[in-house]
Amino acid sequence: MTQKNWEVVIGLETHAQLSTLSKIFSGASTAFGAEPNTQACPVDLGFPGVLPVPNRAAVERAIRFGLAVGAHIAPVSIFARKNYFYPDLPKGYQISQMELPVVQGGSLRIQTKAGEKVVNLTRAHLEEDAGKSLHEDFQGQSGIDLNRAGTPLLEIVTEPEMRSSEEAVAYARALHALVRWIEICDGNMQEGSFRCDANVSVRPLGQKEFGTRCEIKNLNSFRFLERAIEFEIKRQIELIEDGGKVVQETRLYDPDRDETRSMRSKEDAHDYRYFPDPDLPPLCVSTEWIAEVAAGMPELPEVRKVRYETELGLSAYDAGLLTATREAGEYFEALQSAAKGVDAKLCANWVNGELSAALNRAGLELTDAKVSATKLAGLLVRVGDGTISGKIAKELFEIMWSEGGEVDALIESRGLRQISDTGALEVVLKELISKHPTQVEEYRGGKEKVFGFFVGQAMKATQGKANPAQLNELLKILLAGD
Amino acid sequence: MRFTEEDVRRVARLSRLALEPKEIKGFQLDLSQILDLAEKLLAIDTSKVEPLAHPGSSSVFLRPDVVTEINQREAFQAVAPEVDRGLYLVPRVVE
Repeated sequence: MTQKNWEVVIGLETHAQLSTLSKIFSGASTAFGAEPNTQACPVDLGFPGVLPVPNRAAVERAIRFGLAVGAHIAPVSIFARKNYFYPDLPKGYQISQMELPVVQGGSLRIQTKAGEKVVNLTRAHLEEDAGKSLHEDFQGQSGIDLNRAGTPLLEIVTEPEMRSSEEAVAYARALHALVRWIEICDGNMQEGSFRCDANVSVRPLGQKEFGTRCEIKNLNSFRFLERAIEFEIKRQIELIEDGGKVVQETRLYDPDRDETRSMRSKEDAHDYRYFPDPDLPPLCVSTEWIAEVAAGMPELPEVRKVRYETELGLSAYDAGLLTATREAGEYFEALQSAAKGVDAKLCANWVNGELSAALNRAGLELTDAKVSATKLAGLLVRVGDGTISGKIAKELFEIMWSEGGEVDALIESRGLRQISDTGALEVVLKELISKHPTQVEEYRGGKEKVFGFFVGQAMKATQGKANPAQLNELLKILLAGD
Repeated sequence: MRFTEEDVRRVARLSRLALEPKEIKGFQLDLSQILDLAEKLLAIDTSKVEPLAHPGSSSVFLRPDVVTEINQREAFQAVAPEVDRGLYLVPRVVE
């Protein structure tokens, strides 16, 4: 197989569960993990005579998303019925949006090894989730839990613009970070709050028409997304090179075997018979409402990244890390506001350096950091005002991480205050100079490297507590000679 | 006839209707006549008419995001043909 003669074409459809308290068309709770069917009300159960009433918060979240990706927010959009027969969908249709979705267009910037790329979105529409079918343990029957039926989803659809599994994963990660940043979805992939379907096809390099595509359903981790696409690319190329033809079908990824398998072919594909839902008049979103939502939006990661670079003077790399996730963003903002007067670059270095290393070592997420933003701010304030050196700060950080404690108390109890008393430092330095006449000669003879030797010795003698700036200054004077 | 026998079988399958072979001819005729009726509408020029999803000009009412439903599982499951450990039981479905 020679993958280099082929171009891969990928489009993603992502279902993001919207973080509302109640369902999209009923007042039943959306809380995860409840006893089966205790959160399924007559609307969710499809009882005769009930009427759906849309949840304002679900629409508001769709608007937030639209604003975040620079999309057109439709002033009028239509709910449609998507008809199919399955027991986890008691009404016999899913309420979705077809011809006129609430969010149209927009784009998302992604980063790959090759650089930056813009992925255009086709649309994002509101719909309800289905229930869950359980097939084990029921002796020839299936058990149905309808707690999830009616949970609000935003289905976000891209143009077929990704060209590798790497780009697809980069897009999925960027989208995941964004929906969490703007707080419309908790992004919990284990619980199914964020799941992707990948449309994959291949075509000979240079060919204009798309190849026949397969849709891989329900990928609920970035790793599975990558593995499934990789397998599918290889399968399709091998099939075509062996003289076969790709059949349009829906496939499932099996993580245990690391392969995709046919779920249903086009002949069995559902004919959804979409039509406008007569129970739901058009969804109207006024410009006033959009403006109101826009006013309540948090600063978007891209905007903040630019601000960190221009206003705080951070490198693009640091600014990128600090705006990559909502947690990183919140931590750094909290640190910044608590660490008054401390250089932003110092703060960034600590978050992306010591803190990130400590998290990696402990295998923890930022939300579980043993040193809070406020505590780290306390530490950095003491570095900033010269009470402790950077080296001591690192030691203190380790202590705070493993044993806890407040910075100032630790500095006092462990006697770590930096020596800023010129007299005391002078005594130490004079002794050093008299102990090392050879090195003093060398320095005076022009061998400036020896200066570092004296700094090291002085730090050793003071257990790292000498104020580095003061030490340098004083040492220069003393070495310059009698 | 606009509707072939195969079309009837396909629509029946989508609708989960079990048709007797002898019923197919009748449906073929009925459905074809419905299509004929729809055909008459196509004679009207609608190129300058906005598509209409709903009559009237009302917009949908939106409710606040509040949980208003309490757990009434017992009452709902009292009318279900079969339940087990809180689940509704149906003939086995595996795709």
